[in-house]
Amino acid sequence: MMIGIKDLERSWKEFNIKDINLTIDRGEYFVILGPTGSGKTLLLELIAGFYLPDAGEIWIDGVNVTNVTPEERGVGFVYQDYALFPHITVRENIEFGLRIKKLPKDEIERESSRMMDLLGITHLRNRYPDTLSGGERQKTATARALVLKPDLLLLDEPMSALDARTKSGMQDELKKIHKESGVTIVHVTHDQTEAMIMADRIGVMMNGRIAQVGTVREIFNMPKNRIIADFVGTENILEGFITEKTDGLIKINIGSAEISTLSDLETGCEVNVFIRPEDVIISREPQRTSARNNIEGVITKIVNLGAIVRIEINGELVAFTTKQSAEELELETGKHVHASFKSTAVHVLKK
Amino acid sequence: MSLKSIENVMEKIKKDKIFIFFLFLGFFLVFFVFITLGDMFYRQINDLSALFNAAKDPVVLTAMWLSIAATTLSTLIAFIFGVPLAYILARKDFIFKTVIEGIIDIPMMIPHVVAGIALYGVFMRSGVIGAPFNMLGLSLIDAFFGIVLAMLFVGLPYLVNTAREGFRTVDERLENVSRSLGASQWQTFQKVSFPLAFPSIYNGCILAWARGISEFSAVLIVAYFPKSAPILIYERFTSFGLQSSRPVAILFVLVCLAIFILLRSFKWRKK
Repeated sequence: MMIGIKDLERSWKEFNIKDINLTIDRGEYFVILGPTGSGKTLLLELIAGFYLPDAGEIWIDGVNVTNVTPEERGVGFVYQDYALFPHITVRENIEFGLRIKKLPKDEIERESSRMMDLLGITHLRNRYPDTLSGGERQKTATARALVLKPDLLLLDEPMSALDARTKSGMQDELKKIHKESGVTIVHVTHDQTEAMIMADRIGVMMNGRIAQVGTVREIFNMPKNRIIADFVGTENILEGFITEKTDGLIKINIGSAEISTLSDLETGCEVNVFIRPEDVIISREPQRTSARNNIEGVITKIVNLGAIVRIEINGELVAFTTKQSAEELELETGKHVHASFKSTAVHVLKK
Repeated sequence: MSLKSIENVMEKIKKDKIFIFFLFLGFFLVFFVFITLGDMFYRQINDLSALFNAAKDPVVLTAMWLSIAATTLSTLIAFIFGVPLAYILARKDFIFKTVIEGIIDIPMMIPHVVAGIALYGVFMRSGVIGAPFNMLGLSLIDAFFGIVLAMLFVGLPYLVNTAREGFRTVDERLENVSRSLGASQWQTFQKVSFPLAFPSIYNGCILAWARGISEFSAVLIVAYFPKSAPILIYERFTSFGLQSSRPVAILFVLVCLAIFILLRSFKWRKK
């Protein structure tokens, strides 16, 4: 276990975090996912020791560090806008921690050169931070933290200021660094796609509390409640009740159609049904196999999102399909179609 | 400048009407200062020998050295005690913080003759500050160190307030990152907070220095002797009139201006 957090509590300005209990394993890439203002950054700052908690404990690598100063925790930290020291060059920024450690000059030079090389920023060594692009700043800040070879690296929305292209490059870069160095990473973001791409495990944070912890699959396909489902992009949240149950297979009446899936809930139970739009397939003909649910309907809305198309059926069910297949099926509003999804793609929660 | 480029400039000016208007308004202030000092200088041009004589007069030179030395020392003291205070005021919230900020502002708000009377009260032999000095055999009334303290009193708000604003502009997260990179609070102050706030601190020093050297009333009451430059000028004016005081005044202005321009010319910002 790399990080253990017990009953952590802290208020700071308008932020408030409470009842945080979390364990993060050594070498894990852990993403804290939550909307703006949910207290994610504050939690990260508490782990780094910039602020002391009002209550609770923080353990890092088997040591209770609750009252340990940040400089003694040896935790790497990268802020959202990178917080580079504006009065010194890229190289001096990266060498900052090494100089504090009073390492021999040649070692400092070797380590910072190696780091700049690794991140491909050697050509920027004598530049000042305010002359760098977002991506270059990101790399400098990451290099500055990593050059000290921390066991734990905390990233606060590290990609939110980057354009889409730089972002995906940086995601690859971070994954590579994570894999090669074995450093434990805690990464805070509000971007569910980023969480999906980066995380080994995700902790969803809402209103200052950890609402759910789980693997990517668990968070996105089996959200614990409606609010989390909504936040992680489960656009189809249908309401219904269980009409029948045989051998764990239930049938749910959602008004316009019947959905079958596996569940341990009982007949008569009022439920919410969650289906991710990317799990819904649109076709012209019904796809009747025992493992699939099929809903017939009329397309009420089509929105082109670039490579994918968002299709609304009967005004209640949303499906994503590729632009190409939408064209092949000649989808347009008013057209009669069949929407199908596997029974395993259906997540049912008692209302 | 070619005709073409003059045309270009005129073209630009037409597009910047608001600035022309504002420049016109602002120029009024510049003109006010310029005409006042310019007039004094202009009148003296007819009698340059008096100016040269003043520059050779040991009494005048001593007074000016004394003023410069006293204000430099008072700025140094304000720096040593003011920078830490400014840092606390910029970083921490605590009860009575506004009270402390208010106390620091007081010397800026009261008439300096009042400051002089108040200082006289605490500096005299039986005064709160004067008594301990007196036990060491030092007098603050009519003494160099008394002048320094009077200058400190009137100059300190400028240094503390300017430095505080400087520290406020330093992002606290830079300090956090510094700590996470292994730097202690001391090292973080030395390597991050202080250098980043330094342009403001330096400005505050210049303001405090200028405030000190230009102080008259408080110094007049606390220490008529040894004579600092403003006192000497005043004395010459009351005893011998404009003819006698103006050369010294001009010389003093020239010296102060030269030092001021020199101090201002240092650019502490990174390129």
